[in-house]
Amino acid sequence: MNQTAAPDISQSELAEKLREFIHPEYVISDEETMRPYECDGLSMYCEMPMLVVLPETVAQVQQVMRICHRHHVPVVARGAGTGLSAGAMPHAQGVVLSLAKFNKILSIDPKARSARLQPGVRNLAISEKALQYGMYYGPDPSSQIACTIGGNVAENSGGVHCLKYGLTVHNILSVEMVTVEGDRVTVGSDGLDSCGMDLLALMTGSEGLLGIITEVQVKLLPRPEKAQVVMAGFDSIQNAGDAVGGIIGEGIIPGGLEMMDGFAIAAAEDFAQAGYPREAEALLLCEVDGTAEEVQEHIEQAENLFRKYGATSVRTSQTDHERALLWKGRKSAFPAVGRISPDYYCMDGTIPRRQLAHVLIEMQRMSERYGLRVANVFHAGDGNLHPLILFDANVPGEFERTEQFGGDILKLCVEVGGCITGEHGVGVEKIRQMAVQFDDRELEQFNALKAAFDPEGILNPGKGVPTLRQCQEYRALERQPQNQSEPNKVEA
Amino acid sequence: MADITGRLQEQILAARDEKRKLRIVGGGSKAFMGRQVNADDLHVGEHSGIVEYQPVELVLTARAGTLLTDIEAALAENNQMMSFEPPRFTDKATIGGTLACNQSGPGRPWTSSVRDQVLGTRVINGKGEHLRFGGQVMKNVAGYDVSRLQAGAMGTLGLITEISLKVLPRPAATATLVSELPLVDAIEVMNRRAAEPKPLTGACWLDGKLYLRLSGARSAVDATARQWQGELLEDGDRFWAELRDHTSDFFAGDEPLWRFSVNPTAANPDIKGDWLVDWGGAQRWYRGEAQLSGMEALAVQAGGQVSLFRGGDRSGEVMHRQPAPLKAVQQRLKHAFDPDAIFNPGRLYTWM
Ligand SMILES: Cc1cc2nc3c(=O)[nH]c(=O)nc-3n(C[C@H](O)[C@H](O)[C@H](O)COP(=O)(O)OP(=O)(O)OC[C@H]3O[C@@H](n4cnc5c(N)ncnc54)[C@H](O)[C@@H]3O)c2cc1C
Repeated sequence: MNQTAAPDISQSELAEKLREFIHPEYVISDEETMRPYECDGLSMYCEMPMLVVLPETVAQVQQVMRICHRHHVPVVARGAGTGLSAGAMPHAQGVVLSLAKFNKILSIDPKARSARLQPGVRNLAISEKALQYGMYYGPDPSSQIACTIGGNVAENSGGVHCLKYGLTVHNILSVEMVTVEGDRVTVGSDGLDSCGMDLLALMTGSEGLLGIITEVQVKLLPRPEKAQVVMAGFDSIQNAGDAVGGIIGEGIIPGGLEMMDGFAIAAAEDFAQAGYPREAEALLLCEVDGTAEEVQEHIEQAENLFRKYGATSVRTSQTDHERALLWKGRKSAFPAVGRISPDYYCMDGTIPRRQLAHVLIEMQRMSERYGLRVANVFHAGDGNLHPLILFDANVPGEFERTEQFGGDILKLCVEVGGCITGEHGVGVEKIRQMAVQFDDRELEQFNALKAAFDPEGILNPGKGVPTLRQCQEYRALERQPQNQSEPNKVEA
Repeated sequence: MADITGRLQEQILAARDEKRKLRIVGGGSKAFMGRQVNADDLHVGEHSGIVEYQPVELVLTARAGTLLTDIEAALAENNQMMSFEPPRFTDKATIGGTLACNQSGPGRPWTSSVRDQVLGTRVINGKGEHLRFGGQVMKNVAGYDVSRLQAGAMGTLGLITEISLKVLPRPAATATLVSELPLVDAIEVMNRRAAEPKPLTGACWLDGKLYLRLSGARSAVDATARQWQGELLEDGDRFWAELRDHTSDFFAGDEPLWRFSVNPTAANPDIKGDWLVDWGGAQRWYRGEAQLSGMEALAVQAGGQVSLFRGGDRSGEVMHRQPAPLKAVQQRLKHAFDPDAIFNPGRLYTWM
């Protein structure tokens, strides 16, 4: 099951077939032009595809699928390639199906508060276009300038506002998709639910393994009357963590609630000059939005609470400009860390919030053991951790050690009742850790589900869910003592 | 308040061996929904109890047979709630049945649905295997979203034994505004109001009146109630509870009840009879005899789907019919979870 039969068609034959109905320039087979497609945002994982194809119409996508299906050619859908789990990494014997040409906003219905989009529309472009109606699209991944709505659906992406406004799955009404056989179907409708099992939810987060998304209908939200952000510095992670619990215990659901550790604060401040308190061990950004009256009420409550929980500094944005500046530091945390280290590796585990202090202390221990520094940014409201492990890919063995460190962090997340990925997906990267979070019968159930859509395993093979054979291998490796711990120390 | 997973597994395996079919029964409060099932009852109501509840985490985990009333009581002690306001129908309604039937109350467009708030489930599949999907944290994208897939499947994919939900603080204040308005204008006003950044959490039209509910911070509710038109309704909570539980007069009697889930701005289908418009226009109820095919055409025109929610002929299809490729996928999904087709045969569709 899910084992792809080898393609029975050569590169040149396939290219020729595709050029019969797709503009020849958009069927790419030379190495140089294919090179930019060899990886996604997780560039440590690369593979060159057999072909890259950029269809321009849904009918062309259908035709590509029919041909690939007939000839057992793997198909890897690709949006903007900003994914962080190598989900869009090509398959050596397969086709990369880029949705880049599908970049049109098809319609906006301000009355019904929805928009119909082609899958290659950039996340931020939706809110920019909706602004004229006083609306926006809720989920705002930090990559929103570049990532596409098709990729967002495939990964069920979140953003800094998802505690209050939800993930992608909460903000879409329907998707149109092309099945592995080339059928074009719509899942969902203009209404809020459909009869029968929830296939729309199933498609969300399916990482290109169940179908090719060719259109998305999203919900739009009215722009809040007012939004303000309170920034609070703390001299311990514990206090900051308790303050998060305090806010929620008070009955306030902030629009965004983010935490950074000392290392990340310093890096972000150097990069963005947002006015962060450099000496703080932890920083909270708490955005409250709503009607003017509500914001005033909740901001006062939040300021008082943070002081009560021992904040060493509290500052509230007074203008939209100041609010944007305070967020800029957080939203540029990844590139900021990128500046102080040759490379960094972003993890994505989720934990119950009460475990935060424990997890951070354990992580610090691991950091010392592996001799690798780690900076933490944290979607504190919903328990989604992004530890950034700093490393240098040019030092032999350092990436391997980084990966092991990352694997240990994810295992810790599962141990404390959390999970291995909150928003970046499994892709190739976390396929080993799937066997940590799920047992064999659960993985088999996933594989059976996949087979219901794609019996021959043509869509994005080797991603998302491991085969049982792979799991046995991973577990056997785990049991070998040399891989268990005590990695080589390096000079810091 | 017991964990009877082992016994449930045995019953499922026995049915499998003996080639019998099973009808999953929670509290039986939604027995009227879906199609009739001819099979042996498998009672899950006893499998109940709250397993874990951490108010600060905003997460509650309960066995599937737990009564909604018990969950609500536990949450109320911490000033929290299931924001999707699950309908009760009777006080026997369980959380498992609520997810299986994807039942959410009047706040659905603003305060989410049961499907939105489910974080994880444990499910016994047709092979008697007890499996865990999702988790007890807000964000989890490892593996396919089997938990949300259960919403609306009406137990055809397996027996849900445990559910983890995101819960939310109760709003500090609530107010309901009423005004007399014809249906056409009410739909227009509902949608206009929903586009304003105000604490709207309910919009319903019934018997010539538009009801708007506001909830949130006291100051926001009061200010909006002053700015918007309409009389403040005394005892507004009762109105919304009756609407949620289908105890309003509109829902009384045996006449077939049709549910349209459509574009909130769609013109109301042009057929005579009693209508109730909820969810700011996105959910519309109709009472009357009709053919499914005719109703489907109206629903498609309005951008959505229709089902025969209660009454009428329950031996034919009662759900909006599916296009061939989706029908095939659902049959294969059913087979993937329940290869011997033990659970709730024919409950959802004649062909599954
Ligand atoms: C700096 C940075 C910050 C980030 N911040 C966040 C964040 O805050 N929150 C967050 O959730 N993510 C974040 N990400 C991760 C990434 O941006 C998201 O996962 C995003 O949704 C990927 O979109 P994409 O268009 O780039 O998809 P790609 O990377 O091209 O593809 C991702 C996956 O989706 C599949 N796919 C793409 N398009 C389709 C389609 N049309 N049909 C079917 N399958 C498809 C691919 O096969 C692949 O498996 C960040 C990434 C970077 C680099």
